[in-house]
Amino acid sequence: MSIPRHSYFEATARRRLAGLLDAGSFREILPPAESTPSPHLASLDLPGAFDDGVIVGSGRLAGKPVLVISQEGQFMGGAVGEIHGAKIVGLLRRAVAEKPAAVLFLIDSGGVRLHEANAGLIAISEIMRAVLATRAAGVPVLALVGGSCGAFGGMGIVAKLCSAILISEEGRLALSGPEVIETVAGVEEFDAKDRALVWRVTGGKHRYLMGDCAALVEDDIASFAAAAGAWLAGQQEAGPSLAALRATQTQLENRVAAYAAYRDGLQVWAALGVQNPESVPLLDRDSLVAIKEGLPT
Amino acid sequence: MSLTPLLDTLFPQGHRVQVAGQVITGEATTAEGAVAVLGTTDAAAIDHRMALALAGFVLDTVERYPGRPLVFLVDTSGQALSRSQELLCLNGSLAHLAQCVDLARRQGHRSLSLVTANAVSGGFLSFGLMADRAYALAEAQVRVMDLRAMARVTKIDHERLLRLAEVSPIFAPGAESYRRMGAIEAIWAEPDAGLLSAALAEADASDRRMAEGRSRGGRQLAEVVAHTVEMAVAA
Amino acid sequence: METLEYRFASAPAAAAETPALCGVVGSGNLEILVTPGAEAQSCAISVKTSARGFGDIWQAVLAAFAASHAAGGTRIAINDMGATPAVVSLRLGQALADYQGGGQ
Repeated sequence: MSIPRHSYFEATARRRLAGLLDAGSFREILPPAESTPSPHLASLDLPGAFDDGVIVGSGRLAGKPVLVISQEGQFMGGAVGEIHGAKIVGLLRRAVAEKPAAVLFLIDSGGVRLHEANAGLIAISEIMRAVLATRAAGVPVLALVGGSCGAFGGMGIVAKLCSAILISEEGRLALSGPEVIETVAGVEEFDAKDRALVWRVTGGKHRYLMGDCAALVEDDIASFAAAAGAWLAGQQEAGPSLAALRATQTQLENRVAAYAAYRDGLQVWAALGVQNPESVPLLDRDSLVAIKEGLPT
Repeated sequence: MSLTPLLDTLFPQGHRVQVAGQVITGEATTAEGAVAVLGTTDAAAIDHRMALALAGFVLDTVERYPGRPLVFLVDTSGQALSRSQELLCLNGSLAHLAQCVDLARRQGHRSLSLVTANAVSGGFLSFGLMADRAYALAEAQVRVMDLRAMARVTKIDHERLLRLAEVSPIFAPGAESYRRMGAIEAIWAEPDAGLLSAALAEADASDRRMAEGRSRGGRQLAEVVAHTVEMAVAA
Repeated sequence: METLEYRFASAPAAAAETPALCGVVGSGNLEILVTPGAEAQSCAISVKTSARGFGDIWQAVLAAFAASHAAGGTRIAINDMGATPAVVSLRLGQALADYQGGGQ
């Protein structure tokens, strides 16, 4: 096992972009010196951030022009407020006109920022439509999930609207956070303090094994860059089609029918044909990818 | 209002609508012609089965009745809160539903949603807010979270949130906040077939919620910020 | 939240064209934005902090920074979520170095 040189999980949103994009290629749009913190946080007596917790701009990935969005999970849990959301929507609309090779969407967010809840919910709805409009214009939107806040709430939905998701083992992808489920439904439904269980239900390995994410990536910024570059080289944005959504519908219906009673990743992995499901949490990335690629389809 | 009188009022020219496990599917006749009617009842907590039932019905409509408008009746308390639902990637099924509504739009189906009772977070995002335009009945509850729970999570005084909610639509629950912010086109005092037909005639595919939010004074920043980012001269 | 404004005499900083940002507004952390200021011989600092009642400590930490660094001709804006004086001093040094290094 190698020790990651630059953990993606630990890095700030700016550091991730600096490491992901070709050296010196990043150009920020609406940089901190030209923007103002959220007045809604100020009205609740909370300090804001100049970039409102999201960085947008342009750069190059393996020589190809890309537009980028990077959420800062350390600021308000990466949650979406009015300005934060509008920056993302503006960047996606820009992509429709500019036609970059892709939009890289570095998601690190718990979803709606409760301090500006209505603005955040509406913004996420606008992001959802903007992601689909960008894809319909032929520009792929690639989600990268590996930050401390994962992709939860409305941002979990947004991630699944993207062309594909690259996720690390540390990444998490779901709708409701385990804490919310525990609070509402009780600790016997979901023990949010049981970190191993949380990862078996929402974590990167589980999402990758089930096919909800296109690739499993080491927790290393350079590995994310390599995986994003490889994905870009091999994919074209097909745009929406009835046939594709029919196929997804059938696949999802079959999956729900087969696995509806399960409550732990271990059960699903066994049903998928993984030989020693209990070993999955201990496997390194390459071994897990080998298992996934050997599964019956 | 329960579903049958609601449907009778909205569609006096006739409707054939089934309800199975809180999911509404069917069709109705309006002054604008035949429409697909779908949605949820009784504050449904949207789970995989409901999302897939709605998504399948949207795809059926696109396939069999090209161009037929979609009328969503929204009554959802949010998403189902359970470990087994999350295990199978509930956000993925909600995204699939949203994608189906978006496909219908791109294939020329106009759509509107009417919040009949409750519209909360994830459930609202997946179909109600995906329609071309959203409307709400006057008594509808629209929110992310009630203020008491919000006070607990944000650790901000409940009293203080109550005071701010009186002046700011940014986080005050209620359909009127969403109208001022541009996400709900209009609030109907009661269900009305004439308003429904007029709304269907007006629906179009552009997302103009930011502009509406600004002109109605509820969201002053979003449109300007998005426009600045979209149009900024590349450095 | 508390808003604090200061101005300190400081030796002129090497002129820089690009603003510099350092740090993140996370718990126990802060962000510092350095931009060109109006007067070459002084440094204007504004602080927005989540913790009230620490004006004296801010004054001391920032005065020590302005005295020990050539920060004249800059405007420094800080958003703070309860960083310790040690973290504040560290980040100030980083931010000024980034600013004079021409940024990224």
